[in-house]
Amino acid sequence: MNFKLKDIGPQLMTVIAVVLVFGFFTYNAQVNMENRGIDFGYGFLSQESSFDVQFSLIEYDGSHSYFRAYLVGLLNTILVSVIGIILATILGVLVGIARLSPNYLINKFAAFYVEFFRNIPLLLQIFFWYFAALRALPLPQDAEAMFGISFLTIKGLFVPAFIWENFNIFFYSIVAAIVAIIVIRTHAKKLQETQGKQTPVLLISIGLIFILPLLSFLIGGVRLSFEVPVLKQLATTSFIYEGGVSLPPELIALALSLSLYTATFIAECVRAGIQGVGKGQKEAAASIGLTQNQVLKLVVMPQALRIIIPPTTNQYLNLTKNSSLAAAIAYPDLVLVFAGTALMQTGKAIEIVSITMFTYLSLSISISLFMNWYNNKIAITEK
Amino acid sequence: MSKINFLKPDKSNLYTFLYLGSCLFFVSVLDVLLNSFFSLNLTGFLPGFLSFLLPLILGFIGLYFIRIELSGIKQLDLLNKHINTNNFNAVLSLLIIFIILKSIPPILNWFVIDASFAGDSKDVCTGSGACWTYIKVWMRRFMYGMYPNGEQWRINLSFIALALLGSVGYFATDRFKKYLTLYYVVIYPFIAFLFIFFFISGGPVFFDFSYGIIAAILSIIIGFFIPSKFKFYYFLIVPFALYVLLKYFIFYEELIELGKLDGLNWVETGAWGGLSLTFIISFFCLIFCFPIGMAFALGRRSGFPLIRYISIGFIEFWRGVPLITVLFMSAVMFPMFLPADFFIDKLVRCIIAISLFEAAYVAEVIRGGLQALPRGQYEAAKSLGMGYWRMHIFVILPQALKLVIPGIANTFLALVKDTPLIFVVGLLEIVGMLNLAKTNPEWLGFAMEGYVFAAIIFWIICYAMSKYSYNLEQKYKTDR
Repeated sequence: MNFKLKDIGPQLMTVIAVVLVFGFFTYNAQVNMENRGIDFGYGFLSQESSFDVQFSLIEYDGSHSYFRAYLVGLLNTILVSVIGIILATILGVLVGIARLSPNYLINKFAAFYVEFFRNIPLLLQIFFWYFAALRALPLPQDAEAMFGISFLTIKGLFVPAFIWENFNIFFYSIVAAIVAIIVIRTHAKKLQETQGKQTPVLLISIGLIFILPLLSFLIGGVRLSFEVPVLKQLATTSFIYEGGVSLPPELIALALSLSLYTATFIAECVRAGIQGVGKGQKEAAASIGLTQNQVLKLVVMPQALRIIIPPTTNQYLNLTKNSSLAAAIAYPDLVLVFAGTALMQTGKAIEIVSITMFTYLSLSISISLFMNWYNNKIAITEK
Repeated sequence: MSKINFLKPDKSNLYTFLYLGSCLFFVSVLDVLLNSFFSLNLTGFLPGFLSFLLPLILGFIGLYFIRIELSGIKQLDLLNKHINTNNFNAVLSLLIIFIILKSIPPILNWFVIDASFAGDSKDVCTGSGACWTYIKVWMRRFMYGMYPNGEQWRINLSFIALALLGSVGYFATDRFKKYLTLYYVVIYPFIAFLFIFFFISGGPVFFDFSYGIIAAILSIIIGFFIPSKFKFYYFLIVPFALYVLLKYFIFYEELIELGKLDGLNWVETGAWGGLSLTFIISFFCLIFCFPIGMAFALGRRSGFPLIRYISIGFIEFWRGVPLITVLFMSAVMFPMFLPADFFIDKLVRCIIAISLFEAAYVAEVIRGGLQALPRGQYEAAKSLGMGYWRMHIFVILPQALKLVIPGIANTFLALVKDTPLIFVVGLLEIVGMLNLAKTNPEWLGFAMEGYVFAAIIFWIICYAMSKYSYNLEQKYKTDR
């Protein structure tokens, strides 16, 4: 045993300081709660919440419990994050590639977009879209139909709802198509490695993903019909669309600003990643006779992805955390529903804030764990 | 085959195709131009769909005709190389040119031509353009929040003084350069703190401010005569001692009570706001989050496991939660953790919360710099007999910090962009003031102008900061 005072001293002091600070806080919290007559506990979660939420993915009204309200908020947060991540990735990749374009105009246009949206606070952008831009949309009764079926109005976007018959068969057909594609890809790769034969995997995959679901319609008895939103008069001047799916303007503004803002960062990651692949790699690939597309697919992208993925993961995390700004425009996300309304009603500050923080913490950690796993999978296996 | 070939632009029939192509291209641009600026539709006689697509088709054919490689004309080659390399690029270039041409007139009309600038009431804003009168009338509120109009010179004076004091490093001669780090790390934040918390607050604490300033100036002057060996300890002790001396032994507060001197009015922090609050919060968080972040970065790299785990826990906790919940915590949860009679100002709580939050990000950035340094640097320092602190202060940190300048600048940019979030605790900086002004019944319906105004301000600040950090990065790029 060679414990030295020199080693233990600083550690002991730090630990004692941390314990003292936490002890001080807990003691005060206990005293304060006793003074105000509040008791600590999570029992309130099963009580009746008695407040309504404007927009929820699951069935919810005032008679449900606080836990149900928490779930509503959480699902809304996840919904806006997923929409935002998908849109931001598409836009970010496009802009990132555009920034590398030899075309001067495209290049400068992309650079302008990045510099413009990156340097304006996200909250300001959300306010701009919600309070200024989306307020300029027409009222429901004046709205013109887009493609005859959906309506973009000041009260939100109304799109037709899908009504499925035998949805499970359709679902299984898609699963079957995906499994088949994976099998074919593995087989084609094996064939390529052992015999050097090339199979048109992309064509076969596209064919499969269309044909199998189509077969389910023709043979499996799957039926799809649409429920188109219809204008309904509530009062003399108040109209609303009924039927179909309605996306509230809060969701649109939030998803739009989150994706426009985060796309600028993703674009920079993509650009850095593609630029990070050495020029020699491309030239070497071209000199062994690969075509332009093959160079991109087989040489540049696999290397660029290794550089792109870690910072992009960070951006996904940021987007998820930034979705909490929803509270500013009253989109019922976790912060607004739970840390806002529920906190006001119950007064359980410590419990509710800690649950909210813990939820975000676990969302962040799960995304980063998944991305770490993926990153490890594609990382170079060094000797 | 030869019949088709004569349509192929070539060097042999260069000029035919050049004139034809540029003609078509200019016709297409002219059509869009007239359409958007003078709402004159040249191709109105065609069916709507065709008339809409015609400029694109004409321009595309034109660009196709002038795509002649190695034509020998310098401008043409440059044009082809930059915007006209293939069909796909040509279409994209045309689309971008058309989008720019189409979007300039409405934006220009809204911003300048139809906008109203004069007057000081809503009545002048009748046009379809922006109402800049609204910004003009509310300017003081957007800049200073609810701070009383008569006292706003205090904010201006503080900012000017801080800017002047901050620029000292730029003018310092070589003789004083070695004290600059000390100045910026210890003295400057101290003076800034005094200025903002005591001068802008005013009231009874103003005396503390004046004592502080006197103590600081006196100690700096005396400081020049102290041998450099003791200078560090001197500046650690003497300013504070002077301050205590002035506060408890020279009672000129009594002179005011007797009516011989005037004091400053007290302005509570709740009335602070607008852009100046954005600056104040960014400034303090910037000062505080840097040392905290550095401490945790070193902690995370420490050899002591307990310190390392505590640092990791701290960093990962703050990085995992959104700032808005942290501010919620500072507003509703933090007071529960303090003794009942102990009260911390809302603004101070906010600054602590944001500083801790950003410190975690700074810590990760600095850790990146520490990891990027080669092991040889550590070993060389150790072999010279340097201890942990000596090694870090003189060898490791100067190099590591140089490496992470862009990362730090990004974190500070994020910090500036995060300040509007303080609306959660009820403090109104510029975006919060905009939302307040927007709901004023006399000025309804000018949300757009307000947000555009704030966006321009933030854009200028952030863009300038990012360019400055880029310059700094270039300047410190030592040959490694």
